[in-house]
Amino acid sequence: MSPLAQRIVRRFAMFVVALLFVATLWELYKVVGPEDGGALFGINILPRSNDRAMPHVWDMLSRYTRPELRSSERKIWRVVLAGAWFSFRLSLVGFAIGTTVGVLLATLMARFKVVERGLLPYLVVSQTVPLIALAPLVVSWGGKLEIFGYEWPRWLSASVLGAFLAFFPVAVGTLRGLTSANPASLELMDSYAATWTQTLLRLRFPAAVPFMVPAFKLAASASVIGVVVAEISTGLKGGIGRLIIEYAREATGDPAKVFTAVFGAALLGLAMAGLVAAFDLYVMRNRPKEAT
Amino acid sequence: MKNRLVKRLAVGAVALSLVAAACGDDNDSDSSTADTTAATEETTAPADTTATADTTAAAAAECTEPTKIKLQLQWFIQAQFAGYFAAQDQGYYADQCLDVEIVEGGVDIVPQQQLADGAVDFALSWVPKALASREAGANIVNIAQVFARSGTLQVSFKDKGITSAADFKGKKIGNWGFGNEFEIFAALTKAGLDPAKDVELVQQQFDMAALLAGDIDAAEAMTYNEYAQVLEAKNPETGELYKPEDLNVVSYEAEGVGMLQDAIWASGEKLASDEAYKATAVKFVAASLKGWAYCRDNAESCRDIVVAKGSKLGNSHQLWQMNEVNKLIWPAAGGVGAIDAAAWDRTAALAQETKNLEGKTVLTKAPDAAAYTNDIVTEALALLEADGVDTKGDGFAPIEVTLNEGGN
Repeated sequence: MSPLAQRIVRRFAMFVVALLFVATLWELYKVVGPEDGGALFGINILPRSNDRAMPHVWDMLSRYTRPELRSSERKIWRVVLAGAWFSFRLSLVGFAIGTTVGVLLATLMARFKVVERGLLPYLVVSQTVPLIALAPLVVSWGGKLEIFGYEWPRWLSASVLGAFLAFFPVAVGTLRGLTSANPASLELMDSYAATWTQTLLRLRFPAAVPFMVPAFKLAASASVIGVVVAEISTGLKGGIGRLIIEYAREATGDPAKVFTAVFGAALLGLAMAGLVAAFDLYVMRNRPKEAT
Repeated sequence: MKNRLVKRLAVGAVALSLVAAACGDDNDSDSSTADTTAATEETTAPADTTATADTTAAAAAECTEPTKIKLQLQWFIQAQFAGYFAAQDQGYYADQCLDVEIVEGGVDIVPQQQLADGAVDFALSWVPKALASREAGANIVNIAQVFARSGTLQVSFKDKGITSAADFKGKKIGNWGFGNEFEIFAALTKAGLDPAKDVELVQQQFDMAALLAGDIDAAEAMTYNEYAQVLEAKNPETGELYKPEDLNVVSYEAEGVGMLQDAIWASGEKLASDEAYKATAVKFVAASLKGWAYCRDNAESCRDIVVAKGSKLGNSHQLWQMNEVNKLIWPAAGGVGAIDAAAWDRTAALAQETKNLEGKTVLTKAPDAAAYTNDIVTEALALLEADGVDTKGDGFAPIEVTLNEGGN
């Protein structure tokens, strides 16, 4: 077995062990924890361990194999997977928009100091705007805006909100990376009479990769959060966020149901993170280990 | 020194251009909406002059290109909005030469705001909330009061002994906030209780878990939704579902503080200036009310329509909801959708008198006369009468619905 395959197998085994560990802890707490919660100094801090607040792990798992509704044939794992896949695609679009915008802005800021000073404060300010305040605004673009003759689809609004969260770490990380090139190397490029574009492509971007990859990881999870929150906030149909809120309404009578959707959201985050990790392996493949 | 000044100016210029760009976008989107409304005006203008006076059959015959409109719901697809889906499914909108897109709500979607922003043509909203928006400057008008009665309850277990609002004293009272709590405050005020001192008001989630867990003594619930959720949950002591006998229910309608709920709202500005929009409103209200009449007589069929549209709520829950919503609408003595001046005035008066925790009232002054109009619904009802639709439902009798666990 190659070292890479070995590493993947080991990681996967660790992941399974960790999951089992969490499941055991959950069940253990259900055994020893107080049925109706515990108060310390008059404040409720111990969660309830009854079946409505904390369903058994096997109840949650077996819920996957039962239909979503009695009237429908579709098993709930299919519904959750379909929802996660829908949100995954929106997150990918958001991630793509966010990273493109982020890298472009960073390049612009690295090229013109004036832009950096004029723009960077706005970027920081942009991230202090609460997403749920923006969501209804962006969603109302649906049906109002037209791009190249096509009506702005509602799902694109969710992707845009994902991109809104995703672009910031990329812009800041890439900017830092682009300005981190070794001064001696920059002088060397100057002595070759290299143009700014040549320096950017041959020196600055390669030097920025170690800064960009962690930024991309942040952006991947941020785009998932943005999309799921936008789905919840605006009621966009088809995704995992909508499933969470719909199932949460039924938590009174069917408490295990909402957990199936929550695990679907976790799966979605894992998939996005995995994608960036694969990208990381690819771009860092030729780099000596000690350089990072 | 000079160099620095140039730089500062440049920074300022970049910042300014960004602001300008942002504003420019706004203008663009505004003008594009103006264009589209102008376009709809053009397409409908030739048709409406003749169509309104004629019967629906004649209108259908003349229909070459249906008028596209959007209706904003308050929440996801459920039987609370069955009449509109039935009108769509049964072709009542098509008969009126309308192509209605029904837009679902969400946690942060405020229907009357969407309407005021021009994102949709019509919106559903509870009257007090919409009037508060109107007072804040949104020019929206109630054109049809679909739900004639309030469906808000305060549900508690028998052992708490809460049978009227006066019993709220010293209890933990759950409420939803977001403008859904006005009736609670009105009932407290009427019972002579001070909301700030005499009760403990607790923010409640949109499920009934807090009531079942005993975190709150009485939970706010709609007859057609949350109340059913309790009856779909298993009682751990008996192993069976909770029964109505286990619960005490305080109905705000019966307490005399019921406020008007689901109504169809339209843009006041367009009603005043745009004859085509007004004609469309008449047709839309007529077809929607016909849909509600269909759901009165065919509750199970309407349940199936809503489920087919993709509602995630279970079958028995959905049928329960359909039946309870029917009870809020029918019988409609003054004709379905007609705004009853007495109920309107009571809602407006309560909204001015009721103080919340901060001592503020929903409305600071009485709503102006233009806040509602019966013109549209009267015309719509005339269309329906000509069509042979029973718009009063005097013989309406609710059906019996058995709830299953989890609403399935």
